[in-house]
Amino acid sequence: MEATHGHAHDHGHHDHVPSGIMRWVTTTNHKDIGTMYLWFSFAMFMLGGAMAMVIRAELFRPGLQIVNPEFFNSMTTYHGLIMVFGAIMPAFVGFANWLIPMQIGAPDMAFPRMNNWSFWLLPPAALLLVIAQFVPGGGAGVGWTLYPPLTIQQGMSMDLTIFAVHILGMSSIMGSINIITTLLNLRAPGMTMMKMPLFCWTWLITAYLLIAVMPVLAGAVTMLLTDRHFDTHFFNPAGGGDPVLFQHIFWFFGHPEVYVIAIPAFGVISQVIPAFSRKPLFGYTSMVYATASIAILSFLVWAHHMYTVGMPVQAQLYFMFATMLIAVPTGVKVFNWVATMWKGALSFETPMLFALGFLFLFTMGGFTGLVLSITPVDVQLHDTYYVVAHFHYVMVAGALFSAFAGIYFWLPKWTGKMYDETLGKWHFWLSFIFFNLTFFVQHFLGLAGMPRRIPDYSLQFADFNMISSIGAFGFGLSQLLLLYVVLKTISSGEKASQKQWEGADSLEWTALPTPVPYHSFEKPPVVK
Amino acid sequence: MIRRSARALGAVLLFAWAHLAFGEMRLNLQDQKTAIGHAVYDLHNIIVLICLVIFIVVFGAMFYAIVKHRKSVGHQAAHFHENTTVEVVWTVIPFLILLGMAYPATKTLLAERDTSAPDLTIKVTGYQWKWKYDYLQEDVSFYSNLSTPRAQIQNQEPKGEHYLLEVDREMVVPVGKKVRILTTAGDVLHAWYVPQLAVKQDAIPGFVRDTWFRVEEPGVYRGQCAELCGKEHGYMPIVVRAVSEDEYKKWVGEQKAKTAGPAAGAAPAGAAGGAMAAAPDGKATYEQVCQACHAAGLAGAPKIGDAAAWTPRIGKGVQTLYDHAIHGFNLMPAKGGNPNLTDEQVKATVDFMVSASK
Repeated sequence: MEATHGHAHDHGHHDHVPSGIMRWVTTTNHKDIGTMYLWFSFAMFMLGGAMAMVIRAELFRPGLQIVNPEFFNSMTTYHGLIMVFGAIMPAFVGFANWLIPMQIGAPDMAFPRMNNWSFWLLPPAALLLVIAQFVPGGGAGVGWTLYPPLTIQQGMSMDLTIFAVHILGMSSIMGSINIITTLLNLRAPGMTMMKMPLFCWTWLITAYLLIAVMPVLAGAVTMLLTDRHFDTHFFNPAGGGDPVLFQHIFWFFGHPEVYVIAIPAFGVISQVIPAFSRKPLFGYTSMVYATASIAILSFLVWAHHMYTVGMPVQAQLYFMFATMLIAVPTGVKVFNWVATMWKGALSFETPMLFALGFLFLFTMGGFTGLVLSITPVDVQLHDTYYVVAHFHYVMVAGALFSAFAGIYFWLPKWTGKMYDETLGKWHFWLSFIFFNLTFFVQHFLGLAGMPRRIPDYSLQFADFNMISSIGAFGFGLSQLLLLYVVLKTISSGEKASQKQWEGADSLEWTALPTPVPYHSFEKPPVVK
Repeated sequence: MIRRSARALGAVLLFAWAHLAFGEMRLNLQDQKTAIGHAVYDLHNIIVLICLVIFIVVFGAMFYAIVKHRKSVGHQAAHFHENTTVEVVWTVIPFLILLGMAYPATKTLLAERDTSAPDLTIKVTGYQWKWKYDYLQEDVSFYSNLSTPRAQIQNQEPKGEHYLLEVDREMVVPVGKKVRILTTAGDVLHAWYVPQLAVKQDAIPGFVRDTWFRVEEPGVYRGQCAELCGKEHGYMPIVVRAVSEDEYKKWVGEQKAKTAGPAAGAAPAGAAGGAMAAAPDGKATYEQVCQACHAAGLAGAPKIGDAAAWTPRIGKGVQTLYDHAIHGFNLMPAKGGNPNLTDEQVKATVDFMVSASK
């Protein structure tokens, strides 16, 4: 993939960067918007992380020490909502904004003003989630899954939360429209679909998933809202409604949502591993097909989150088989990544360490997912800490580690400066060790039968909970190191080169200088 | 044979590891006391073992590459990046492994879901936050509440052996009989979960679901509500006592004698409720129900003993207070969220709280 054109100095006089606060409020520049998405996501990561610290502090020992059960429930609820909708999803949209135009040789996103609007919807939504903590009755203690009839009992924090979900959904849909249009219409001459970097492919697929499922969630929470205030009884059995219906609708959104988070993470990993293996991605075509298969399968397996609601056994069998099937394309991806490394010339800078951490731990999350797909086993493990451990292996060691890999990988390109490699490695090893300390033992808690979302537990669970809490405090503190590394890079990092990583081969490395100019590819590069 | 050896190997590995590294910490499912439970235990061990083997093969390859194919030892990168045969092979092999897993899983699931021909049926109703057990053939019916004292939860007393897993009235079942459980709920979702009996079934208001177990040996089996049901979700345990057929019959006789007393027909309210039906004890009800909010002043509830908060409310007249307490007001749920209280009990409780807050 060689670009014949793309030197920014050709049109350097356009490179006027507006300044002041209005630059950020009114910007339509994909790089500015990407930056804002990433900082917003980091702020939410800190907020959701603080909530996790409250949860783990209360669970440090049996008994109630620090918070009361209502507050505890609201912490688990908003920790989940903020991490999923506020931290992880915006982080990958931030990557998409920064990278998609640069990787396909486009000057910007297709709809720059809508791009601005997609971002600026997020802070009000976050604000609603924060305000919800301070209204009479406190935050809603219902879990991020918002199951009725419990949601119908809650105070006004529930309404604020529902509106926040509406707004976040609008933002995601607009972001997705933008990404799809950009990828389909703004590719540089010669950049065929099957030449796009895998990161672009994964986002194309993710954006379609989002457009398909976000309206479903919006519908579900709107029905909750009318159940709460207008006695519509969609889900309220007191009026003939069906609480299980909500679960079906929620998980029809919720399972693809898992892949909305995981698939862009696969994309980042598929850029990082080849770069540090100095070898092209193995099985590009099969990776594209595997990703698409995972996305399609993700629509067909939702009720595996509901094995204990009492579905007919035929339905349970179907959902078990369909869920097990997801292991096939997921396995293909893991095999392809390992094959990419095979006979490469590997080096282990921070992005590669996080990518390997991802590969190792995400696969463990995949295996526990396979265990959970087996209905009779899941009946034992459903709603226990085993599930908590499983999805944190997928969400934290999966999506979050991949985001860290991406941040270290592209930070030199974004800022023009190189991060401190030693500190980056410290960040990886601390995160890796404390992550496992926190979540590995939770498998044992779940196997022994500790339910999730409880503020207090019987004495048999005391030791592992203490270990898990210690791990969580360590993991939380380690993330401050990331903030320090990024700030240090921006303020005093050494100058980075155009192609900072020897093995990187996508357009942002081969055709654009470092740091990238404010406007890039005003004339499209020609891709051979 | 595979199953037996897998089970043996799994047990040995876990046992060894558990005792070497963690003393008595449990690393697998709890000891199972039903046939379905044993099947689930074995199934889980087999799957974990298969995963472990795949894990070792895949990451063995990865670590080999990490050690041998690193740039720092001078390894030159090869250029291959595609091989259709390999892709087909590693699509088909996992598929076949999954087929192998699906067979025992299906068999176990079909057995687990066969609730036909029970010897005895018990209806389990989840309430915020207690369980009610109705023995449908025996005309025995009672509530089961957490019996761990508040003081233990609030760390004012040392915690007992069965902290949070003890109740005032246990569910009693005969050993060796197929017990069918019907679950439903009175308010929000709950889930009836007893790990050692391999049973977890959501309790859904407005709907009845079922599950079953046949306990192999006498004993006390403890579990908890497994579906988030509000603030006391962590405080609604389940205790099942499995006894011999004779003891069970004796127990049923005792229960019938109990329910035939003066409180027959009226729902007993919690631990204190049955005995207090004649002369409601406001203090006891307060401690059972109302203190959850009124002790700390949560959700805008006036704190007990806080005269400044209570005076304007008392000024509205005691009938208004009764009315609000019985039918609900703002965030205060009707009868403090416990529909089983009689109006008299609520009134007595209001009187108690008013007198304590003047």
